Amino acid sequence: MKFPAICILLAAAIPGIALAETPQQILQSHVAEAARQTPGFSPSAQRGQEFFGKKFGASEKMPACSTCHTDNPAQAGRHIITKKNIKPLAPAANAERFTDVAKVEKWFRRNCKEVVDRECSAAEKADFIQYLIEVR
Amino acid sequence: MKIPALFLWLTSLTLPGLALADNLPTPAGAPPAFRTECGSCHLAFPPGLLMAADWRRVMAGLEDHYGDNASLDAKTRQEIEAFLVRHAGPDKKTAEAGNPPRITATVWFRREHHEVPAGIWRDPQLGSAANCAGCHQRAAEGRYSEREIVMPGGKKWED
Repeated sequence: MKFPAICILLAAAIPGIALAETPQQILQSHVAEAARQTPGFSPSAQRGQEFFGKKFGASEKMPACSTCHTDNPAQAGRHIITKKNIKPLAPAANAERFTDVAKVEKWFRRNCKEVVDRECSAAEKADFIQYLIEVR
Repeated sequence: MKIPALFLWLTSLTLPGLALADNLPTPAGAPPAFRTECGSCHLAFPPGLLMAADWRRVMAGLEDHYGDNASLDAKTRQEIEAFLVRHAGPDKKTAEAGNPPRITATVWFRREHHEVPAGIWRDPQLGSAANCAGCHQRAAEGRYSEREIVMPGGKKWED
């Protein structure tokens, strides 16, 4: 199974030719990583939902994910500072979400740093994606 | 009235620095990352609204980009910076942007907006003066005509 992994890495390294992926595939890669760190890990939409709504408070203007993405990720959100519209996060409402691994990781990196004040763990990302996949 | 229209059109084509501010389209040859990176949290601002030195300053400080972390990988950052610098505005028009540089502080911006009532800038729906699309409904397409302005609260712009 080395070959497909290399393909994904190569595709991620070449902007514009990024391999289209499915939310399930992106979820599974985080589940696998989380299970390596914590054997027996299984993603939980419930934990993901709590994470999504949790007020971390690291940033005064952006205490939680839901500050900009609203309490319902199937709805459009709005950037709290620039007021720019944000398309829904849930794949059920926006089929583009979680189909480009480079984009997904970029936003986890930036927004986790901003809202949680650190990188998110593989387990947190897996729970988060599991929750969003289930939102209707 | 054909001639003045043709003249204006030609002038706007040949002298970008003096183009009517009604239209600020994204210059040709923009790297795809310009839209996806600069345009994801805010409008991808027209490069002609800051001078080259100020764009370089903006791109050198993306880790703290007006309070947000907007860091990019080195290649993307260089690609976007080269594009912004290539299409930067004339020094005179874009003077006084400050540090960190703000389009809204430039001589040009203040002159263009001097008739805007002060209360508008504090409207919570607008957020800040950097929210071009808060009044210029078609800003995302590079259109800033006075006729297309709808102020927060739904009021049209009147001279």
